[in-house]
Amino acid sequence: MQSQWPSICAIASAVQAGTTSASELVERALIAIAKKDEYKAIIATTETRARQRALTIDKQVSDGLAVGRLAGVPFIAKDNFLVFGADTTAASNILRGFSAPYQSVAIEKLEAEGAICVAKANLDAFAHGSSTENSDFMTTKNPHDSTRVPGGSSGGSAAAVMLDLAPFALGTDTGGSIRLPASYCGAVGYKPTYGLVSRSGVVAMASSTDVIGPLTRSVEDAAMVLDVMAGKDALDGTTIERESAGYTNLAGALPSKVGVIKEYMAEGIDPAVKGQIVAAIDALKARSVEVVEISLPSLSAALAAYYILCPAEVSSNLSRYDGQRFGHSDLEARTLDESYGRSRSTGFGREAKRRIMIGTYVLSSGYYDAYYVKAQTVRTKLIAEFNEAFQSVDFLLGPTAPNTAFKIGENIKDPLQMYLIDILTVAANLVGVPAISLPAGSANDMPVGLQIMAAQKNDRALLTFAKAYEELLA
Amino acid sequence: MADISRNDIVKLARLARLELSEAEIDEYVLEMSEIIGYVDLLQSVDVTGLKPTNQVTGLTNVTRLDEVVDYGYDLAALRSNVPGMQDDHIKVRRMIG
Repeated sequence: MQSQWPSICAIASAVQAGTTSASELVERALIAIAKKDEYKAIIATTETRARQRALTIDKQVSDGLAVGRLAGVPFIAKDNFLVFGADTTAASNILRGFSAPYQSVAIEKLEAEGAICVAKANLDAFAHGSSTENSDFMTTKNPHDSTRVPGGSSGGSAAAVMLDLAPFALGTDTGGSIRLPASYCGAVGYKPTYGLVSRSGVVAMASSTDVIGPLTRSVEDAAMVLDVMAGKDALDGTTIERESAGYTNLAGALPSKVGVIKEYMAEGIDPAVKGQIVAAIDALKARSVEVVEISLPSLSAALAAYYILCPAEVSSNLSRYDGQRFGHSDLEARTLDESYGRSRSTGFGREAKRRIMIGTYVLSSGYYDAYYVKAQTVRTKLIAEFNEAFQSVDFLLGPTAPNTAFKIGENIKDPLQMYLIDILTVAANLVGVPAISLPAGSANDMPVGLQIMAAQKNDRALLTFAKAYEELLA
Repeated sequence: MADISRNDIVKLARLARLELSEAEIDEYVLEMSEIIGYVDLLQSVDVTGLKPTNQVTGLTNVTRLDEVVDYGYDLAALRSNVPGMQDDHIKVRRMIG
């Protein structure tokens, strides 16, 4: 699919030079959104505000003022980012009609460079899911086959990019929610080192693993968006310093040696997917890159640890939705307690309730040590294994997902089966390392994603390798 | 499969402030038994001598000065999402039944 959008850099340069206008770009995005409505990638547009912002930028250009490095670049935010111009719902009934009183820091930073948010993308409600089927509103369709899911939870964002609605979209990744839909839709999906991008103003899911990142058509675009968003922020105490060299102007050769994760190429991976990953690895070998097999034995326990820690944190973060200060409220309730119970029961969907229940269970008296503390200790073991691996190689490779996009409805009745789809992505979240999903051909007539991980705070090195690899795979 | 009873589900729902229908309770008994049964595989992982990790990038005691900072948030916009306002206060239902 040929894109109607040049690179983000080229778009912003054209706007600054006056050869295209921000208004024209916003209209182009809005037309594409309307035209591709049947894919249900978009919950709402922010068209009025987007048009106003475009006029302001165009005026600055005609007045001879310098505009930002994302001037006039339209983008789409997952609907768990607080954004002006449309409701912020997290695709949940409990937040239906919620109007953001302030914007998320990531959005503010992008706007400060002239980017224009044009729409809010669909997701699994509260980002709980791997297919967007847990959205309380609708299921997004895969751009390559509308009978299949786009992956999740940032499925609307990934589909939007591959439907060519905008040059980039924002997602969040708690256990794979950027990389999985990138893999299923054929996009580039980037999950930064934990803490590199401020999460202030983004609906919290599991705070010890939540990160924000871009979905794009190229590594260069992903790096540009990251460069604008990255860095310490007073409103998010978990943020870390950005690398001094930043994340743009990536030029570099392929590394001399990489590791392939043994457990990621074992049984349970669709042979057709594995074939594509082997081909991608062979392309590296052909360029004289040494490929070694690396075993991380605790990976077999990573998913179990994740599905203890994630619901535990979810149950805590979702306790704020009590129907009193914001969000859906049951006005018929007679007492405060009844109001809590009814507002939450009617406002939360099946998966949110399921995770609240699991989280409450693993945190409850008598089970806390056996589940929660045990999972956090297994996390320590996993971190040690990754640290050891990164002593011998700078990059770890494997598939992003064990399969290609599945049929809508195929897994919805089996929550455990749905959780198992995250089996290859959760480790990077538990360990806090950066990871990217790159398009690596197709299998079963659907896109395959190649996942690359690097050590914490090595985002620039990872993006540099990914850019060189992308050229090799093209 | 873990052994999760109907009573367990009712008690958890109460702790989590969720009102579940009878059908939901039945479903959660089955689903949670299966999910907890799966995560139980952790019990076989040997973690002798290891401590739990709560923060992965090594940050500790992130503090800020105890001073008022004006972030420019609009009070009216903040209040606009409150389901019930009365005399500049958030109105809730009575606490004692």
